[in-house]
Amino acid sequence: MKSLEELEKIRKETLDKINLRKERTGTRIAVGMATCGIAAGARPVMMAILDELSKRNIVDVIVVETGCIGMCKLEPLVDVYEPGKEKVTYAKVDEDKARQIVVEHVINGHPIKEWTIENYL
Amino acid sequence: MKEIALYILDLCFNSIKAEADNLYIEVVSDYENDILKVYIKDDGCGMEEEFVKKVTSPFVTTRKERRVGLGISFFKELTELCDGRFDINSKKGIGTEITGFFKLSHIDLIPIGDMSSTIVSLIMSAPNVDIVFKYKTNKGEFIFDTKKIRKILKDVSLNNVEVLEWIKEFISENMEVLK
Repeated sequence: MKSLEELEKIRKETLDKINLRKERTGTRIAVGMATCGIAAGARPVMMAILDELSKRNIVDVIVVETGCIGMCKLEPLVDVYEPGKEKVTYAKVDEDKARQIVVEHVINGHPIKEWTIENYL
Repeated sequence: MKEIALYILDLCFNSIKAEADNLYIEVVSDYENDILKVYIKDDGCGMEEEFVKKVTSPFVTTRKERRVGLGISFFKELTELCDGRFDINSKKGIGTEITGFFKLSHIDLIPIGDMSSTIVSLIMSAPNVDIVFKYKTNKGEFIFDTKKIRKILKDVSLNNVEVLEWIKEFISENMEVLK
């Protein structure tokens, strides 16, 4: 069973990690979470991204939600914002794609062009 | 949508969009009386009386990208499908509360589903909103409160990856005991 003491431990470890890497990459991943996104499976996508980041010990990437942009049939949509680069939007993302986006794009820096929204327009 | 938890997630995004600071979510499985209760309360901007009256219509929404709003309509439909009841109260400047009752044994009732993922998604989406989640069954109750977690974390953010993973496990373990 998870205990609050464990949470205290996480706090200490996190502070150490933050002190270790002063340079923040500032990458932001946004998941479409309006009714259309949720119905299409945005929550498992968000959970998969969280799990992949946690497994790989990535603490400086922020995952947020974004609303509906009117392209409901292409949900779940995932935007990746990297500082100084143009936003990349992925369409019809599932859990597997989400994990690969984290590894290939967010960590290794190679956007997966085949899955971006441009292929669906 | 295949889980009550997804309906709750959807409704809570309305609260986030309404700039709520506090969000209260209650799920009660009352097996003795065969009732499932879902209650959501926020202190967001609230709605005008006229808007509340028509908000359950799928053709009413505040958003500009499209002219349909399905969140509340879906939820209301599910309560009616499961011999239940839907209620919404809202006051401009004070907040909104939504209640859904369902017949627990109804054949069309979907499972509560993954509430821990729903809460974690909400925290990730709105890390500054304080969330209280209460789950109650005939076996007892469990209350999760982000304020308490923040107290322990102090200078570490609630939407830290490892903290989120901990919260997810914490909620699902505590809910499992009550099932």
